[in-house]
This record gives sequence, C-alpha cells and structure tokens, in this order.
Amino acid sequence: MAIPVRKFDAVIVGAGGSGMRASLELAHAGLKVAVLSKVFPTRSHTVAAQGGVGAALGNMGEDSWLWHMYDTIKGSDYLGDQDAIEFMCRMAPEVVIELEHFGMPFDRNENGTIYQRPFGGHSANFGEKPVQRSSCAADRTGHAMLHTLYQRNVLMKTQFFVEWMALDLIRDSEGNVLGVTALEMETGEVVIFHARATLFATGGAGRIYSSSTNAFINTGDGLGMAARAGIPLEDMEFWQFHPTGVAGAGVLITEGVRGEGGYLLNKNGERFMERYAPTMKDLASRDVVSRAMATEIKEGRGVGEHGDHLLLKLDHLGLETIDKRLPGIREIAMKFANVDPVKEPIPVVPTVHYQMGGIPTNYHGEVLTPSGKVPGFYAAGECGCASIHGANRLGTNSLTDLLVMGKSSGQSMVEFLRTAGRHRDLPAGAADASLARINRLDTQTGGEEVHDVRGEMQRTMQAHCGVFRFPDLLTEGVEKIRAVAERAKRTRIKDKSRVFNTARVEALELDNLVEAARATMVSANARQESRGAHDRADFHSRDDVNWLKHSLWYREGDRLDYKPVNLKALTVETFPPKARVY
Amino acid sequence: MKLRIQRYDPDKDSKPYFQDYDVPMGPADRMLLDALIRIKTVDDSLALRRSCREGVCGSDAMNINGKNGLACTTRIVDLKEPVVLKPLPGLPIIRDLIVDMTQFFAQYHSIKPYLVNDTPPPEKERPQSPAQREELDGLYECILCACCSTACPSFWWNPDKFVGPAGLLQAYRFIADSRDHATNERLDDLEDPYRLFRCHTIMNCVDVCPKGLNPTLAIGRIKELLVRRAI
Repeated sequence: MAIPVRKFDAVIVGAGGSGMRASLELAHAGLKVAVLSKVFPTRSHTVAAQGGVGAALGNMGEDSWLWHMYDTIKGSDYLGDQDAIEFMCRMAPEVVIELEHFGMPFDRNENGTIYQRPFGGHSANFGEKPVQRSSCAADRTGHAMLHTLYQRNVLMKTQFFVEWMALDLIRDSEGNVLGVTALEMETGEVVIFHARATLFATGGAGRIYSSSTNAFINTGDGLGMAARAGIPLEDMEFWQFHPTGVAGAGVLITEGVRGEGGYLLNKNGERFMERYAPTMKDLASRDVVSRAMATEIKEGRGVGEHGDHLLLKLDHLGLETIDKRLPGIREIAMKFANVDPVKEPIPVVPTVHYQMGGIPTNYHGEVLTPSGKVPGFYAAGECGCASIHGANRLGTNSLTDLLVMGKSSGQSMVEFLRTAGRHRDLPAGAADASLARINRLDTQTGGEEVHDVRGEMQRTMQAHCGVFRFPDLLTEGVEKIRAVAERAKRTRIKDKSRVFNTARVEALELDNLVEAARATMVSANARQESRGAHDRADFHSRDDVNWLKHSLWYREGDRLDYKPVNLKALTVETFPPKARVY
Repeated sequence: MKLRIQRYDPDKDSKPYFQDYDVPMGPADRMLLDALIRIKTVDDSLALRRSCREGVCGSDAMNINGKNGLACTTRIVDLKEPVVLKPLPGLPIIRDLIVDMTQFFAQYHSIKPYLVNDTPPPEKERPQSPAQREELDGLYECILCACCSTACPSFWWNPDKFVGPAGLLQAYRFIADSRDHATNERLDDLEDPYRLFRCHTIMNCVDVCPKGLNPTLAIGRIKELLVRRAI
C-alpha cells in the first residue's frame, strides 16, 4: 500500500520545551523542519511545571555553576554523568537569559534582575546552606516558558503538525534513522515523515503509574518507538516521586512552596524533616523527602482517616506572599483539595512525577548505544537520558535540562545536516509495522479493553515499584508486567471511525506505555542496591563497587546490559562518590 | 450522574444529535472530566480533548450547561443534572466535543504574539522593575482554551475579522511589556473597525474565563491608548 511521504531536513517529535527549543536552532540555520505534536504546542506537559528553572545567575547573592554542578551530582546519587552535568550547569545561565530575551515574564527583583527562589537540594558552597537559584514566573514557570518558546517559534515560522501522533521510528538496514511514520488524528491518515535527522522530544511516561502528577498525554511514545526499533532504554528504574502531590488527586504542588518557607507536618504537628535532613530540612532532595514521608506514613504518623497522607503548611507565609509567589497553588488547593492554604495546610502525598531514565544520549543529544552513535537520531528533554539526573533529579533541573539539551540537540542536528548529504532511501515497507498496528485495531473484534489493560499496568507499577521496593514484589511485578504487555497485543476498540478517533490513539499509546513499564520493572528488579529514587528493602545501601553503572534495557528478550558512569567532567575535577547527607 | 452530550461523527452522522448517559461515579471523582473519562470506559467513541487535568493546558474547554468552561476544573457538585455538554460554540465541529480551532489560533497569530525588541540583546537580562513586571499579571496566564472568544457574539459574527478577547488580551500583554518596542505598530494594527472595535463590552469573556482573567479590561486599555495617541 502506497502511503504519502513528506520530506524534511529534520523532524522533531514533540512540541514541549525541548522540542521547541531545538526547532529554533534549526530555524535559525534555515533548515526545513517539521515539528509533530499530539496536542497544540502550548498544551504540552512543560506547561505544568511550576517552581522554576535552575541556573546560577547569582541574582540573590553569590552563586556559581560549579556549586550547581556539585548539587546536581550529589542529587543524582552519583549516577549522573559528570560531563553532561558540567555542560548543563555551565550553559544554564545562558539559556535562561536567552529565554528572557525571547520575552519570558520572569518575576523581578527591585534592581530589575530576575527573581530566584530557594529549591530542594540546591546549595551554596558545596552543601553548606540553601541558595536561591530557581528563576521563576510565580508558580507558573513552565506555562510562561512554553508559551514564550511557542511565541518565538511563531516568529521563526516553524512548521507545526498539530495533533499528529508519531507511530514508529524508521531505520534502514544499516541502522540509520530516516524519520517516523505518523497519524494525523483529525483524518486518520498515516504519513511517512522522511528526514535526514530525527529528534525525539516526547517527554516522559509518568502514566505508567496510577497516581501521577503527569498529564494524560505522557505515555512515553518516544520510548516505545525507540524500544521497538531496537534501541535500549537507560536507567528506567529511576522514577521520581514528587513529595507533594495533592492527596487523592495527584495534582502537583510545587516544591517552591517549601522554597518560599512552607514545611511538612505529620499527624502530631511535628516538622519531621528536621529529623531526616538537619541542614536542608524540607529542602532536601526529592527522593530523601519522599522517603521520609513514606516512612512517616508507614510508621503510623500519617494524617487523615486512613493515615495515608501528610500536611503542607504555608499559611504562615501570609496572604500577600501566597498571592504573589504561589497564586496557582492556592487555586489548585482550593479546587482539588477543598482547602484555602492561606488558612489551612494542604493534604499531600509522594506522587510519581519524573522519569530520570530514557533514550541514551550524550550531552549533544546524539543517541548512543554500546555499538556507537545511531546516525541521524537525537533525543532531548525527559525522554532522553544524557544522563544529567542520574538516580534522582533536583527540582528546577528539568526545565534547565530541556532548555540546554533542546538547544544542544538542535545545534548538533544543524552540524550533522551540514555534512549528512541527501536523504537516504527509505527501506521497502517503511510503514508496514505502523500500518499493521492500525490495521489490527481496525479489524480486531474480540479482545481486551484498552482501559482494563492500562489499569492493570498502572496498579501493578504502583503496588510493585513504588517509593520502597521489595524483592518479592519486584519479581512478581516482572511477571505481571510481562502478562500485561501480552494482553496489550490483543486490545480492541469499538470505535472504528477515521475522524479524531481517540480510542485508537489511546490503544496506540498503550503500546508505548507497556514498553516503559517493562523497562522500569525489569531494570528495578535487577538493580541490587539502593540509590537515589530506587530504594530496595533487601539492599539498604548504595553499592558503588558493583552498581555505579547505568542500566540498559532492550525490548528483545527483556535483556539488560550496563555501561559505566562517566565520572570525568569536561574541565573540572571529578566529584568522587561520597555519603549523601542533607 | 446524568449527562446529555452532543454527538457528531462526520464519518457516519448527517447532523449532530444528543445522547444521554447515566454513569456511576467513584468516590474520588470530583470534576466533570472524571465523569467523561468514566463514560469513555463504556463508550470509547466519545471524542474530546484533554491533557493536564488541572486547568493549565487548556485542552478540555467545552460548553457546560450553556456556559463555556474547562471540564477538568468544573466540580460535579456544582452542576445541575442532566449536565448538557456541547462543543465550544461558533467554531466548526470536527467530532463530538472537538472543534476546529484554526480560526481562533489564526487570530492569536495575527497580533504578532512575540516580544519585539530590535536593540542588541545585552549580556544579562533586560532589566524590568517589579512594578513593570506586575503590568503583565492577569495577561500572561492565558491558556488559549478559547472559552472567551467562543462565548463572544462579536467573535461568532466576525471570526475572520474580529481578533476576539483571547487575541486582544495577548495583544495587550505585549503592549504592556516594558521590554517590547512595537507598541505603535501594534496599535496601528488594531486601529480598525473590526479587529478591535467589534468589542461591545458584552463581557461574556470575563464571565467564562476559567483563569479569572479580564479581557474586557485589557481591550479597554488598548482603546484608551488609541485615544491618548490621537490627542
């Protein structure tokens, strides 16, 4: 069957922060680029980021990119690659200033500079005391950033394909990446986007869990496509539980609340973080705070009828500060928790928030496997793994990552395209796999309901791979997730319409979710240590002798491989692993 | 919970019709979007847009009991049953609750929604005082959900010529920005019987905005600037 082919120099899948930062580089170079997105660009999940973007601008007092680098490495529990981390922290001020020049409405200080607030794990002088490093626009930083990037793309006349879902990565027999197949949701048409360079900027897969701060669209599409194309996924066992999701609703409450002076309480009214992190207290890094909260709940000091959550107190900040710095939080608390934080604390619980792992890349965004670079293939933002965040990401570093890695991927693509020559020929049947997936859904009559299979996956992930991980539950979880992945092959949809068929989109998303879930469970089961967000009941400590290495999961046969952590920074001395105390 | 939802699939329907649903709600269901997600588990053909489910992405705008709003931040307890749901009025329907927003975004793009400042960028940020920055509050928070423009009779009548409340709010967002140097050009562009002056201060936009923004006020400010400039 002949399907339409559209040719571009580059195709970018995903129009969130990293995709739209990368597209600017390609536009500046005068290249022809297509940006595909399942949703209108300003609806991408970057929009939900609240607290700020980390960069050592030093607007509030002394700061340096080296301190930021140290904090990020320590935050990563030493699993982050130090070259990538140095790169990000050095570049951070530049990309934040650029964004300001693009029009980003940052909050301001009296002297006209960008206002910065304290944030978890960010310190001055190598852990001595909290530092104000998070540049923000109230508690709507992601929204302001995403709109600013979209606006800049409007100026640069970027060509967006809105409400197009990428289906599969196209590779030739030599392994070169030649673009993607994609589905236009409005018409149901499948098209090949034939490109000389392809960037995945598809975000995370937070929807593999049942309770998540993530949007519905966060289904790990880039991970699924990469895994099906034989590319490994790195460090997928590391999932960040954000300490403060609204209990019951999962909606995010920014760490900026604690940055501005809020703190957590247990049922006795005790500020318990003082016991777990004497220096940084409520501003310790997220894995530490989430674990402390889970411990409080487990030991019977949780709040509420079922003792299943804790309280975030901020009324002492006063109406003026709350309305000026945290207006969105007040709105969310009133709508989703029925409390006005000016008067009452917000019920919160650790909630899945961010995927530290992803498609393995270097800090240029080039996809890297043990057999070398994958020609023409790039990944940035949450779907990529450079690895900047290692075993635990610091708050504000996701926005820093997507700006820095979006820009550097865009630049590497421009560089590559200069010498890459013409489009390589598409292999025969380049769209066959995608068409077979669509055709199966169109013709399948009996089978599994998509929401049943997805629900089973989400419950399994939640119960078997949470804040605390137990050997029996992990082993059992692997079997359960494999069974779910089998069931996902037999899903059926009743809706057979070609026009904006959201049932079909959800079934196709499930194909991607199950790959991310399998990668997570299998990698978590294998890692016999506790590091960052991965906490094993049977291996309490970090094990740098055996496990200071990145996991690589391959879809074929659920195979695992490992690669060393890059401890060598670009220009400064290595920060050697040491005990992590906040 | 009882709902009456307008359905239309151009693949099989000659015209829109209403379908009744009665869905059992779970203990954790609070918002209208929760009810719609429940419906989709029994009828996967119901088409709607949704993403963040916390009122910040702007995907799930629809007409709820006659008033535009976001399904994800509209509380079930506040709704009279049966809840009547229709797509946003005035835009072409693609399917069920999904409308074609091309015209809406074309108007947004028409106001040059980006900062214009041709002076060489300094090494640091362009300074802005807290007071200057405060001018942007109530403007930059727009989520482009289109609740306002599709509640505006002036936009229904002239969607190709009247910028509409959402676009005008953003036009003023850049006029009000101390860093933007294109105020005169922006005012020239809006000094037009249709683009700006079709606003007759009906204020439906203010009434429906799920973020509590006030496009009418911003439009008033633009008109004031035009008057002041003419004197």
